[in-house]
Amino acid sequence: MTSSTMDEHFVRFVGVQKSFGAAKVVHDLNLDIKRGEFITLLGPSGSGKTTCLLMLAGFEALSQGDILVGGRSIGYVPAQKRNIGMVFQSYALFPHMTVAENIAFPLTCRKLRSAEIEAQVKRALAMIKLESFASRLPGQLSGGQQQRVALARALVFQPSLVLMDEPLGALDKQLREEMQYEIMSIQQELGVTVVYVTHDQSEALTMSDRIAVFNAGVIQQLAPPREIYEAPANAFVARFIGENNRLVGKVSERNGSSCAVTLASGARLRARPVNAGAVGSPSTLSVRPERVVLGAAAASRANRFEALVSNVVFHGDHIRVAMQVAGQDGFIAKLSNVVGVEVPAAGSSVAVGWDEDDCHALDVESEALRH
Amino acid sequence: MLSMSRAKPCAIERAEEAVSGLALPQALRAPISRYGLLLPCLLFMLGLFVWPILSLLTGGVHSPEVSQALPQASRAVLAWSGQGQPDDAAFEALLADLRAADRRAVAEAGRRLNYEIPGYRALILKTAARAAGAQGKVGLIAIDPKWGEESYWLALRRAASPITPRYLLSALDLEVRPDGSIGAAPQESAIFLGVLGRTLWISLVVTVSCLLLAFPVAYHIASSTPRWRNLLLLLVLLPFWTSLLVRTSAWVVLLQDNGMINSFLLRAGLIETPLRLIFNRTGVYISFIHVLLPLMVLPLYSVMSNISREYLRAAFSLGASGPRAFFKVYLPLVWPGIWSGTLLTFVVCSGYYVTPLLVGGNTDQMMSYFIAFYTKQTVNWGLAAALAIVLSLSILLVTGLYALVGRRQKIVVKG
Repeated sequence: MTSSTMDEHFVRFVGVQKSFGAAKVVHDLNLDIKRGEFITLLGPSGSGKTTCLLMLAGFEALSQGDILVGGRSIGYVPAQKRNIGMVFQSYALFPHMTVAENIAFPLTCRKLRSAEIEAQVKRALAMIKLESFASRLPGQLSGGQQQRVALARALVFQPSLVLMDEPLGALDKQLREEMQYEIMSIQQELGVTVVYVTHDQSEALTMSDRIAVFNAGVIQQLAPPREIYEAPANAFVARFIGENNRLVGKVSERNGSSCAVTLASGARLRARPVNAGAVGSPSTLSVRPERVVLGAAAASRANRFEALVSNVVFHGDHIRVAMQVAGQDGFIAKLSNVVGVEVPAAGSSVAVGWDEDDCHALDVESEALRH
Repeated sequence: MLSMSRAKPCAIERAEEAVSGLALPQALRAPISRYGLLLPCLLFMLGLFVWPILSLLTGGVHSPEVSQALPQASRAVLAWSGQGQPDDAAFEALLADLRAADRRAVAEAGRRLNYEIPGYRALILKTAARAAGAQGKVGLIAIDPKWGEESYWLALRRAASPITPRYLLSALDLEVRPDGSIGAAPQESAIFLGVLGRTLWISLVVTVSCLLLAFPVAYHIASSTPRWRNLLLLLVLLPFWTSLLVRTSAWVVLLQDNGMINSFLLRAGLIETPLRLIFNRTGVYISFIHVLLPLMVLPLYSVMSNISREYLRAAFSLGASGPRAFFKVYLPLVWPGIWSGTLLTFVVCSGYYVTPLLVGGNTDQMMSYFIAFYTKQTVNWGLAAALAIVLSLSILLVTGLYALVGRRQKIVVKG
């Protein structure tokens, strides 16, 4: 293998399976991660994403398949020999050691000289801007500070791969957003590969180079955030990532890049076939609320309806309009709060429309997959 | 109209001030009700625990028998310099006391004086019986010529003080010599330091053995699934629900020369003569460890079950070897459990009575045996109390040193 393809396949999951007793948690997983990439495993709890992370870290054995890092199989390498940094949801800072001792821990494990350890700990503390906290115990730090120490500890021994298991889950919203940018800038500065597990889609969309959306032990879609959001591969991804309006009907016409779906009400919509079956098969139409236009602008759109406004809620930067469309309640339009926006009144009737490209014809999720 | 509407809120404010001024501040009311609920338990402890123990322990230094039975003579000998013979008034005072005192009090005083010089009890009883007809120094010496000897008066002088160090001294294998100096007790009665050392040593061996046995058990329980966890805890607690006497007697049945273990080993051909497993130190260790093991398992378990496994995972992911993760990360986290478990086991073990009594050797008994012996057999409560003081202070000293070591080990682990 040449070094460039090595970088393309820095971490490889090859046909990985994991079962706990009779329960299969991960089905035949194949995933290649590039060197220096920030990849997020996103999914609801129980979707298998954390199990994948633990297998990569060496805390869960594989039932089948193999994991390669840098071209070497690590299936039988014990966790302490894998040289993979890990940040835990609970931080797992050792409560009896000071901040400096915590950060020095991986270095003492590697038997570095004490002068070298001291210098590296100092550099790590500078990176997380906690120089003056070196002799504090973790219990004396705030949640955000503990998080930064955990990050420094996982990075100080210069692993080429760092795993993060919902590291921001315990922080409040504002701090979480601040830490997202901090982690991203540190990751870019060090060029380290990050595998990040979260169930928070906005975190995933903000931070990742690519997102692997997990459900029921299978990767549903692996793509950059924008593609995940704008072109969900199936109904689960559409439902799980962001908000979307769903209309259920049957495919009534289909050619290459365009199709028509007829709803139960008889209305016929133009849509982009993403994961739809042949003519006659059922399909879910997915439309993002911010791609729906109201009033005069609707006239030029491929799909047009007359809707009854049921309620209007002001959200600051945007306004949410809930409507009845094609006999179905709860159809949402998000209007940006820009100059000259026309907001319909609740109870009034309004023209609503959206483009063919913004309307994705997807599969119908089976109830089993939706839990 | 206008003035009224103004006056009204004013009056209400004043009324509120008056009410809040009378009632207790909110901050005080809660503690009173809280401590009020504690009061019954506090009184119970004071009346039935603290007071009896203190009064028993004071028996180790308090010896009022002589000063109560012979008040005038006590005053006279305490006033005497101890050189030469006491003056005539002392002889007269002794006779007067013996005439006035009742027989019981005299017998008590005689028993106390007998600890000073053997035979003193008989002397006192004989003198008391003839005191009515005797007069002065001559009369007293006529009853028994021993009254002419200085040593008997010196002994009376030592016993006359209501506070005495002699019990505590003999509990430490020391004695007061006839000349008043303190020295080592004769070899045949100097047994208590040996007993104390044996008691502490047995406790130490039992504590360390319990720790080594309980640690893996507690770890296993703490890392089991909840259903197994409850079952295993039940098994650990099961012995607690059986009478201590039954459990110890069961060991007698198992361990004796023709007991189950020896007969099995004999029949299996592994040994030719029965092993001495009971009525010696081995038996004490075996049954002590069995009896005290739950006291070690429970504190260890309760600490271990609160240690997230993410700590060990973190240690491994950072490159720690198994021993390093155990000694540098896991052990410090379990330290509070080790600390309280060993302390509990050690303290309970060093005061145990029933188990060593039933399975220990006759010449290998612990301190509590001797405390019971002097309380019940010889009714020498002073010595029993002194032994109890020495035992309590030694345990306090050992645990105090241990606490200092523990403090230095940074045992305070914040959650």
